[in-house]
Amino acid sequence: MSTWDFLLQPAGFDIGETGLFAFEATQPVWRALLVGLGNTLRVSLPALLLATVLGLLLALGRGSSSRSWRLLSSGIVDTVRLVPLLLQLLIWYLLLVEWLPDANEALPLLPRVWLSKGGLAFPWPAMGDGEWAWSWPVQDTFNVQGGGAVTPEFLAVMLALSVYTGAFLAEVFRSGIEAVSTSLLEAAETLGATRWHVIRRVLLPQALRTIVPATTNQYLNLVKNSSLAVAVGYPDLVSIGNTTLNQTGRAVECVTVMMALYLAMSLLTSAAMNAFNARQGLRGGQP
Amino acid sequence: MKAVAPLVKAVSSGLGLLLVGWLLWQWLGWAVWRAEFRADAAACQALQHQGACWGVVAAKGSQWLLGRVIESTPGQPWQPAGLPLTLMLFGLSWLLSWPLAIGLALARRSSRRWLHWPAVAFIEGVRGVPVVTLLFMAAFLLPLLWPQGEAPALLWRATAVLSVFSAVYLAEIVRGGLQTVPKEQSEAAHTLGLGWWATQGRIVLPQALRAVLPALTSHAIGLLKDSSLVMVIGLHELTGGLSLSLSGDPVWRAFYFEAYLFVGLVYALMCLALARLGRHLEARWPQAL
Repeated sequence: MSTWDFLLQPAGFDIGETGLFAFEATQPVWRALLVGLGNTLRVSLPALLLATVLGLLLALGRGSSSRSWRLLSSGIVDTVRLVPLLLQLLIWYLLLVEWLPDANEALPLLPRVWLSKGGLAFPWPAMGDGEWAWSWPVQDTFNVQGGGAVTPEFLAVMLALSVYTGAFLAEVFRSGIEAVSTSLLEAAETLGATRWHVIRRVLLPQALRTIVPATTNQYLNLVKNSSLAVAVGYPDLVSIGNTTLNQTGRAVECVTVMMALYLAMSLLTSAAMNAFNARQGLRGGQP
Repeated sequence: MKAVAPLVKAVSSGLGLLLVGWLLWQWLGWAVWRAEFRADAAACQALQHQGACWGVVAAKGSQWLLGRVIESTPGQPWQPAGLPLTLMLFGLSWLLSWPLAIGLALARRSSRRWLHWPAVAFIEGVRGVPVVTLLFMAAFLLPLLWPQGEAPALLWRATAVLSVFSAVYLAEIVRGGLQTVPKEQSEAAHTLGLGWWATQGRIVLPQALRAVLPALTSHAIGLLKDSSLVMVIGLHELTGGLSLSLSGDPVWRAFYFEAYLFVGLVYALMCLALARLGRHLEARWPQAL
């Protein structure tokens, strides 16, 4: 019997949330790991988006002409960067499971969006009677029913990753823009370029050359950092790999699978970045 | 259009001021005015979380900071925990990563293929995986290397893995520094009769390290923060020690939040101290032109 046969055997454990996949304990181990990989991506991709938005807002705040916005943004950026991500994740999780209302009296965040200890429920398209239709969450006697839902664990991981990465991205964006020499911008203005033209044609092309590689690094860090999900029990790739390891005792194989999958994700992203960079670097002529 | 701009600016400025003021007011009310500072559990519970219970720090803080989290049993050797363990993991792995990092950086810059490619593969391989999986390696795989005898304690295995993790990032920083030193410097040293080791050690590395001092500071800060991850494999450093000392305590476990904030402050102060040390060195150590 080969050492890798355990991948085909029934997993024997359930997974709390499975995202787009369906999973039962009788399904093979490889499928459990696939669900874990799916969960890693499911929490990382929204976090990437949110981190970028937060990073832009914080960078704008730090460059604002109003002192109070500058103070607020640099306060957030500096504090977040000085505290370990794991501690921040534990704080977010604690806040979500302790201080949110119970599921029988959920907090209506927006119309049709409910937040409670049970997680976040929101409208989501669902297949019913052979056609797609919106499924709307409603407050029921005991909990919120219907719609799409994510658990507090998911929310904690997503928020912690977004805020942490957002603070680092704010610095990346700011230093990228500050690196462009002001005399170039002034020269463009003297030549009669409008403000929008200066930003679009002079500032951004140069700023992006330093911003893109550093941002990609932060994105890669975010995906790798999502492995901290194991600390709050969100079933990401590392959590499932850990459970599998404990169930089957296949330490070498389980750790190898986890590492190989992360490495593949990292290398694919790096390759994409290098391709993008090669194109960006060649245009404009300046080294 | 032009006339509206100052108005928008004033409104935004006012809103920002209001927001900062409101946040400060809320924070002061919770953390100072309504807070309980004594280790008085009954008084803390009476606050109903309307004010901070810093009593949890008064009661448990010395355990976290002095590392008396794990109850010592007779016959068992003393186990480091809490802040001392954090400092030990950070200090040891930082020191141990230096020789490996310099070796990796020089190997990666080498023109010999058998040195260059293994260094590239090792650096990119370790950088491509999360620290948590490396720590799992320390917990589950490294003991397999000692099939008969006794493997070193988890603490040492974790230190080894953190050192390797630190070394690959450090190697890339050192390599960046080496690139800033002009080739003429080592050629001149060679002409003066210095050997390869003396050239690297006395001419090239000092200039290279000075050039990347800011990056070295943020690397050290990152490593200090990442040392908290050993909690995942069951070592009770500052973060893990806090969880251990509160999870089994029926009285104080209600005040995790205050405990987390306090430990966060300890981390922030340590990181600020490192940042300050870095800036001090930058000022003391003039940069070569």
